[in-house]
Amino acid sequence: MARLSVNGTGQDVPLEEDTPLLWALRDALGLTGTKFGCGIAACGACTVLVDGQTTRSCVTPLSAVAGKAIHTIEGAAARKPFAAVRGAWIAEQVAQCGYCQPGMVMAAIALLESNPAPTDADIDAAITNVCRCGTYPRIRTAIHLAAAALAKQAR
Amino acid sequence: MKSRLRRRLLIAAGLVGGAFVVGGYLFYRGRDRLRLPEGVGAPQGEAWLTGWLRIGADGAVTVMVPRQEMGQGISTALPMLVAEELDCDPASLAFEQAPVDSLYANATMIADGVPFRPDDHGWLARLARHSQYKLGELLGVQATGGSTGVRDGWEVMRRAGAAARAMLVAAAAERWGIASAECSTERGRVHAPGRSLGYGELVAQAARQPIPANPVLKDPARYRVIGTSLARLDVPAKTEGKAQFGCDVRLPGMRFAAIAQCPVFGGSLKHADASKARALPGVQAVIELEATSTSAAAVAVVADGWWRAKRALDAIGIEWHDGPHRELDTAALREAFTQLLDRGDARTYETLGDAPRELAAAKQLIEARYEVPYLAHATMEPINCTALVKDGRCDVWVGSQAPTLVQWLAAGPAGVGEVRVHTPFLGGGFGRRAEMDVVVQAAAIARRVPGTPVQLLWSREEDMQHDVYRPMALARLRCALDAEARIRAWHHRTVSQSCTGELTARLQPAAASDLMKDKTMAEGAFDLAYAMPHRLVEHVLAHQPVPVGFWRSVGHSYNAFFVECFLDEVAHAARRDPVEFRRAMLAGAPRHRRVLETAAKAAGWGEPLPPRTGRGIALAESFHSIVAQAAEVQVAADGGLRVTRVVCAIDCGRAVNPGIVTRQMESGIVYGLTAALHGEITLKGGRVEQSNFHDYEMVRLADCPKIETHIVQSGWEHLGGVGEPGTPPIAPAVANAVFAATGQRLRRLPLRLA
Repeated sequence: MARLSVNGTGQDVPLEEDTPLLWALRDALGLTGTKFGCGIAACGACTVLVDGQTTRSCVTPLSAVAGKAIHTIEGAAARKPFAAVRGAWIAEQVAQCGYCQPGMVMAAIALLESNPAPTDADIDAAITNVCRCGTYPRIRTAIHLAAAALAKQAR
Repeated sequence: MKSRLRRRLLIAAGLVGGAFVVGGYLFYRGRDRLRLPEGVGAPQGEAWLTGWLRIGADGAVTVMVPRQEMGQGISTALPMLVAEELDCDPASLAFEQAPVDSLYANATMIADGVPFRPDDHGWLARLARHSQYKLGELLGVQATGGSTGVRDGWEVMRRAGAAARAMLVAAAAERWGIASAECSTERGRVHAPGRSLGYGELVAQAARQPIPANPVLKDPARYRVIGTSLARLDVPAKTEGKAQFGCDVRLPGMRFAAIAQCPVFGGSLKHADASKARALPGVQAVIELEATSTSAAAVAVVADGWWRAKRALDAIGIEWHDGPHRELDTAALREAFTQLLDRGDARTYETLGDAPRELAAAKQLIEARYEVPYLAHATMEPINCTALVKDGRCDVWVGSQAPTLVQWLAAGPAGVGEVRVHTPFLGGGFGRRAEMDVVVQAAAIARRVPGTPVQLLWSREEDMQHDVYRPMALARLRCALDAEARIRAWHHRTVSQSCTGELTARLQPAAASDLMKDKTMAEGAFDLAYAMPHRLVEHVLAHQPVPVGFWRSVGHSYNAFFVECFLDEVAHAARRDPVEFRRAMLAGAPRHRRVLETAAKAAGWGEPLPPRTGRGIALAESFHSIVAQAAEVQVAADGGLRVTRVVCAIDCGRAVNPGIVTRQMESGIVYGLTAALHGEITLKGGRVEQSNFHDYEMVRLADCPKIETHIVQSGWEHLGGVGEPGTPPIAPAVANAVFAATGQRLRRLPLRLA
């Protein structure tokens, strides 16, 4: 049994403590927005925020996140950059098959929280997730768009 | 001569078959493509107007999308066709994946399978296409592939929109006691002088009107929806993580299954000691699965969560019989393919003039060998299927490119007479999700735990090592130049397994035959637009235990690499500029020429580049669209390749949604770039060596070039696909750029400098 804080709510999860967070979210809590892609932290489809840091939940055991604040795509609206990211993603028509997009959106939120005006090189370094549909150029543009929208709000 | 006779015989056999089909069609002519789907009601407050859309009392329009959304944007493009003729407000549009019904069959995909050049409009080609189309309607297979979505939907979905509009107008005219001709429509309302009613207010009455068989369609000059970059209907849900993919299906009491398949192709299960696994928490069942024509021998564990199922699976001591292919490796495959390439019996796909004679007499003969490896699809969503066997029925939830096949193939292993297919989004398809392996497995597992829905999800390792791969292919190309350094004779000879033949054998072993001429083997080679007086295109069929299947753009994915790289070699040998050299052969193909010129001009062809940087170009027609790409490649001192810029031009006739077309070009380019730079599935000991993204690398955001797409609009009569045509030209464009930068001609994918 593990006690987790997911999207601001305390949750008891009746699973072994070495279970990866991904499976607690998807199978025990029914939060299917976080995706399984590779199981070895190589693709980023399972990206969630743990205390604001991007975390690949497919290799993160429940024991490592007990007592920490976990945010998934379902609770992303609670993060400040989400509305701007969502707006930019729609304006740029980023998603194609859409499977990797929750992970991409979470990674973009974390990037903008720590770096409100990322350069192309910053984006290259921060967005290491895999997308097979090739939405990369649109993601780059959308992050710049979201950053600009956030800067405008801040003024 | 012998091969020509055989070709005639094959065509004759096809025509006899076709005659039966045409006869069947005449008998069957009453079929109505606007009818309602069978056994499907309308939700409260909505009514069907034809089988292609429902309108609600609030005026909301829900369009049935007969092709599966896997990223290509079809769930927006097809509703746009309906909306245009319906005259509804695009903001009122929603879509549903159509239920499984022969009404929604993809006849165009079947018709496209005939081995005739797309520009062949002779009587034989037309008869063959028409017969195949009718066969497609009769088969009634709902399938997504071959970049056919818009082309197949173009007539029927516009007609459905126009028919629904006519029914709404008739209802309004009836209510007002005036003639339909006095009414007009605009943005979801019917107007007559002094009055107007919304579609939602009219729909109940409209649904009682007869469906007009031949509604009048708009003049394309009046289009207001078609041709705009309407925002995709699926993007908001996908951005918010609310879109439901196959593996997101959650049902009351659902269990999860993990699976281990025999790692050696063609092997079988020897022994599985499940005693430890059964004692682990949450485990409900351990199930052994025999190999079938569609799926490998396997052991599956059903548990209350996927991770528990996977852990229990790993605790099973599984021993396999490796079977007859335990020695198979890539070197042996290459050797076998090379022998076939040099000496095997070939099937001829195109004969122009007498290429062998001209090549034998040539003063200057250019010859080269090319090779591409097997490739995995690596869809982001690993392969999965959910099934429930209950009360003599099997319900299947699966993101599938062929829901009709799911209906046909799940019944047997599930041991039931009735199958219902539910179709969530596909987390990538690329041809992989036309396969039925996981469906057969899930149905067999569900049969063993009746009453319990089970979601079978493959690990990434299973996905990578049990794909149906893009075929490995070898090519030998030969060319003779005339005195003016123009191509006089061209010989294209390839060897590979057959995608269509092997898929047929998996689905219906009794129907498989080497006599079937698989067009996909030679597509992109036998259908070139370049004028050459003598040309011979042949393919040698190989049989190997490595399963092969459709992979985004299929035969074009490697034939474009062979043709466009070799053409570059020939241009170089002829001391001609690669663009000029191609242009000179396209006098009779103005659309191709314009696409080539558009890409070259936008790329700044001929303008100087920094040191160790090269620019390459390639042109390929596929799925009725013509695409040219110019790539710029920087070569690092250590030989690393960096593609910095790609300029793409496409003529897909006209773009229904230019925004989607542009993104599909980007998508096809990135997909093809991964294959050009990284993709390689190799075998050792009868098994695939790669297992996950750490050893099967992908292009990532940091490596992604700047991509610029230009849409060349020709005409609605030239409508072509867009999901696949972006892929074929990128590998040769990049390889040609590497040559321009380094003088090294790379003839094998993935591209690696010596």
